[in-house]
Amino acid sequence: MPTILGVPMQALFGQLLLGLINGSFYAILSLGLAIIFGLLNIINFTHGAQYMMGAFVAWMLLNYAGLGYWWALILAPIVVGIFGVILERLLISRLYKLDHLYGLLLTFGLALIIQGLFRNEYGVSGLPYAIPSELSGGQRLPFMFLPNYRGWVVVASLVVCIATWLVIEKTKLGAYLRAATENPTLVQAFGVNVPLLLTLTYGFGVALAAFAGVLAAPVYSVNPNMGADIIIVVFAVVVIGGMGSILGSIITGFTLGLIEGLTKVFYPEASSTVIFVIMVLVLLVKPAGLFGRTA
Amino acid sequence: MSSAAASTDASPIARTLPEGKDAKAFHRLVFVVIAVLLAVLPFILYPVFLMKVLCFALFALAFNLLLGYGGLLSFGHAAYFGMASYVTAYAAKNWGLTPELAILGGTVVAALLGLVFGALAIRRQGIYFSMITLALAQMVFFFSLQAKFTGGEDGIQAVPRGNLFGVISLADDRVLYALVAVIFFLGLLLIYRIIHSPFGQVLKAIRDNEPRAISLGYRANQYKLAVFVLSTTLAGLAGSTKAIVFQLASLTDVHWSMSGEVVLMTLVGGMGTVFGPILGSFVIIAMENYLAQFGAWVTIIQGFVFVICVLVFREGILGLVARMLKRPL
Repeated sequence: MPTILGVPMQALFGQLLLGLINGSFYAILSLGLAIIFGLLNIINFTHGAQYMMGAFVAWMLLNYAGLGYWWALILAPIVVGIFGVILERLLISRLYKLDHLYGLLLTFGLALIIQGLFRNEYGVSGLPYAIPSELSGGQRLPFMFLPNYRGWVVVASLVVCIATWLVIEKTKLGAYLRAATENPTLVQAFGVNVPLLLTLTYGFGVALAAFAGVLAAPVYSVNPNMGADIIIVVFAVVVIGGMGSILGSIITGFTLGLIEGLTKVFYPEASSTVIFVIMVLVLLVKPAGLFGRTA
Repeated sequence: MSSAAASTDASPIARTLPEGKDAKAFHRLVFVVIAVLLAVLPFILYPVFLMKVLCFALFALAFNLLLGYGGLLSFGHAAYFGMASYVTAYAAKNWGLTPELAILGGTVVAALLGLVFGALAIRRQGIYFSMITLALAQMVFFFSLQAKFTGGEDGIQAVPRGNLFGVISLADDRVLYALVAVIFFLGLLLIYRIIHSPFGQVLKAIRDNEPRAISLGYRANQYKLAVFVLSTTLAGLAGSTKAIVFQLASLTDVHWSMSGEVVLMTLVGGMGTVFGPILGSFVIIAMENYLAQFGAWVTIIQGFVFVICVLVFREGILGLVARMLKRPL
């Protein structure tokens, strides 16, 4: 079997692919965090729980309503997005005039509640979610075996990330969003309904997290704790990339996933900490983050 | 997109009431009450429960020194609490050090860890500071999970309580309680002293308006780092003491939920108050004890307490009392 630096090629590319998949989740989640933070000035600690909810809604749709993966891919983000809209209207919107740290504390509390409720109901062992039949099997490439589903996750994530970027950079709605991020008072004076914009932005960011959750369901099992650990890694990703740039979030997410995958091959002991180590290095060299602006 | 939006209109997360002339005499009275309670309570309540409360109260006081007076919300204080706990447990068990030396060792390690992490975290402000401290603490968690000396999932169990200074046996809960109460009280006095020193005044100035403090010639970053290290050192002291009391150091102590718990204790007790975190930890530990039988509901109820406190009860218990008495507590 051909090897690279003493590592079988199959293992190397397998881990790189898994890294790319994790990277897509990092990218989608940090993208949502960045959009929400940009406009609402709140770090959404509930993001991990909402990612988990996406996976659970997919599982529930299948087991209670008989709706399969493709329906879940559309419906779960909508359901979780509406849940997010309700949260924003009822709770989060009360904090806009206060220190941002209260937003962090509130969403942390909400994450504890949501994760606790799911743990009570479904336990912590994880529920299986099958790969949709259209995407089972795989391709035999010259250097590796590529499972169809894993390829699909990477492609779907890239498409969603780029579509989001296009909406924000190229459409009228995106222009409102960017303007409101810069100066909400002025935008409101021009007659744009800024509170509505805030609500929809939060709902959209949350829907993105749920979308990532549905994508993740067949790769990892559906587990109440799946969001708790990934959200901390995503925080580190956000610190590394800086939240000032949409494209920056996407690139940083995918790159860090790949680096994590490489670390799993060459130095597995460090694979769970490598992103944090990179964060430390970035803080030393460029404290504002790779794509960040110094405020 | 830019993340720079109007933040100047937001009030700082913790505000302290101005101190009147009689504040010192009033606080002296509070200290006397605390000392009397420390002496009387073990005859009413279970000493092990009290020791747990005191360890966490010291932890929360240390955390509040940073949040309430430095304006810095660390979401990773479990790292210093837990790492100190591991070092103390290891030193007492494997090196056979006496408890006071083991506790000293754990505390020093927490201070050094705080120096390194603090220097990194203060390079960013506000929300980023919180995320960085959380991420660094998660790194410590994974380290503790994999490192040999921490015992992985099992933790370090059956840590000997040993003999204080090599002579006084701590096997008796009442003797150990006396030691814990002394450590707690000295820690509280130290924190009170720090807050009311010229150093503490500068800290409050930086918390309320950093650019102004800098323009007055204060090196804000040095002050922030100093209070960060003080806070982690005292958090380490609390963690070390806890390891001796429960004869155990485990992954729970370094997990992010522990960082959340200390935030909650401070929030419930009152973030801008000196004594609030003591009351907060008493409330939270008591709640956990009574709810322990309900399993995961503890987390859910903690979440609800978070949400309620943030939405309608931001000043906390002692903050409310202080406002009613018109005196800072």
